[in-house]
Amino acid sequence: MSRRRIIDLACLATFALMPLLAALLDEPFLVSLFTRLAIYGMAAASLDLLIGYGAMVSFGHAAFFGLGGYLVGIIAFHTSQGMPLWGWEGSNSALVVWPLALLCCALLGLVMGYLSLRTTGVQFIMITLAFSQMLYFILSSLSLYGGDDGILINERNRLPGLDLNDANQFYYLCVGLLVAWLLFCRRLVGSRFGFVLRGLKQSERRTVSLGLKPLRYRLTTFVIAGLGAGLAGLLWANYALFVSPDMASWQKSGELMAMVILGGVGTLMGPVLGAAVYLGLEQLLSLWTEHWLLIFGPLLLLVVLFGRQGIHGLLMAGQRPRSSPTGPAPVATTREVHP
Amino acid sequence: MLLLEQLLNGLQYSALLFLLASGLTLIFGIMGVINLAQGAFYMVGAFCAAYTAIASGSFWLGGLAALAGAALYGLVIETGIIRRLYNRDHLDQVLATLAVVFFTNELITLLFGRSPPAMPTPDWYNVFVEVLPGLMYPVSRMLFIGAGLLVALGMWLLINHTRLGMLIRAGADDHEMVGALGVNISRLYTLVFVFGCMLCGLAGFMAAPLLSVEIGMGEKVLITTFVVIVVGGVGSVRGALAGALLIGMVDSLGRAYIPPLLDQLLPADVSGALSGGLVSASAYIVMALVLLVRPRGLLPARA
Repeated sequence: MSRRRIIDLACLATFALMPLLAALLDEPFLVSLFTRLAIYGMAAASLDLLIGYGAMVSFGHAAFFGLGGYLVGIIAFHTSQGMPLWGWEGSNSALVVWPLALLCCALLGLVMGYLSLRTTGVQFIMITLAFSQMLYFILSSLSLYGGDDGILINERNRLPGLDLNDANQFYYLCVGLLVAWLLFCRRLVGSRFGFVLRGLKQSERRTVSLGLKPLRYRLTTFVIAGLGAGLAGLLWANYALFVSPDMASWQKSGELMAMVILGGVGTLMGPVLGAAVYLGLEQLLSLWTEHWLLIFGPLLLLVVLFGRQGIHGLLMAGQRPRSSPTGPAPVATTREVHP
Repeated sequence: MLLLEQLLNGLQYSALLFLLASGLTLIFGIMGVINLAQGAFYMVGAFCAAYTAIASGSFWLGGLAALAGAALYGLVIETGIIRRLYNRDHLDQVLATLAVVFFTNELITLLFGRSPPAMPTPDWYNVFVEVLPGLMYPVSRMLFIGAGLLVALGMWLLINHTRLGMLIRAGADDHEMVGALGVNISRLYTLVFVFGCMLCGLAGFMAAPLLSVEIGMGEKVLITTFVVIVVGGVGSVRGALAGALLIGMVDSLGRAYIPPLLDQLLPADVSGALSGGLVSASAYIVMALVLLVRPRGLLPARA
């Protein structure tokens, strides 16, 4: 068994056994923490699709997280006001709300991606940032939906066959969706599509001269990554029963980026570990001091400056990187190389 | 008259944006570093100014403290951190400077508390002057516009007509060659970085009496500064000036004219919510439009 496989299985086993462990230790708080890890892991892994495989350093990924969450919040708000969508009582069902939220995220991804991908490098970083700020300000100005204060959600969406109000069932749904998302992403980057994407990352000119159109591949990836973050966002709204514009703020995008780097760029599983470490450290340090960022900032700095390939790289240390489809990709280089 | 006053307000906001953007774009153009911490130096400047002015009672001493504080902090950050980021990719730079932002915010909170008392100002500062017959305008804002103009002029002279400016331009094109010619490139970079930080400190000093001095004040304006740079063309000081003027004007005219315009076009309950969002997002909408026509910005550094 390769070490990568072992890491994957260990993570999966931890996630699968957590409710059992929590029950044994009598710490129901652990299930709640791991639900958060699964949700943020999904968002971080989707950002890794962009950064690690597409060399698109998006600084606006939280926009999708926020939009997905807000769709859930807005529909729940109207339902609780006795004004359900299309006047139909069943419209707060997950089977209606979630696809609708994902559709909106796909549309946002299409527009934002199309406009942003006209640029490269720093301009791309900044324009994605600006788009997510645009959404942030629009969400803040929705005075009907609480403006800056956001929306409190009365109840979780209903999914036939599952009771989402049960902490364990909701947890397993999140983990199940995370695993499905990771498997899908792994298939994607290992497919012909994924090879084109990574070819574009290495040399755009070479790929273009092979007769492939870069925009099509990049835009598709941008939309798919947006869907992943949107899914995470709508799960978060259901988990926290609260959405606010902060979900789409630039700090949130930065957090997601930090998770990707902490875990290891271009590894998919790494960002999930990165999310775990980020949230775990936040939890631990903030127990200790309210100024936890004073310690976290320098820690993050050390990882960026001296960490090679993040946590995933650390765990894989000594392993020769393979050139297989799922092997670790080289660190993203976004600076253009002038001939 | 309202239009003229709004134009002056726009000019004042443009001056603030230009002070921040010119340093940022210089640092990017020359060292290739994308620096999210730029807003932190602005905040450091504002806090230093407010505290020193309160402690000493002297307005100008506050200004001196802002410049010195921002420059000193810039020197520490450059030699400790930024220096290691020159040849790294943008992702690392974004994250490392983000970490600096986190760290600085907490440090300032620990040192000064969440927000200091308002900065005291001398009497002449709040006087209104008749700039045109019938138009009274406060000295404080005039001073801001004046500082922006002076810095713009100074930078043009510095970059185009001094030896240092020549080295800066040469360093932007080919820093290895400049290094090979015997110039201490590392010191040149430090100098440029600290200079950029001083401009932020100046902006912080000017803004401290006008805007609220608080933790996170840098981040709010930083994002707009990025918009300015992208609109103007990354790495170009002329672009920063053009972008700052465009965004500053759009923002202040938008604030004045979008709400009444929408009130006339739409029913009141719809227009209220919509105009608030539209006003806040107007700068970003302008950026999207500019990039649609010119992906490299209005006045890119090099063709």
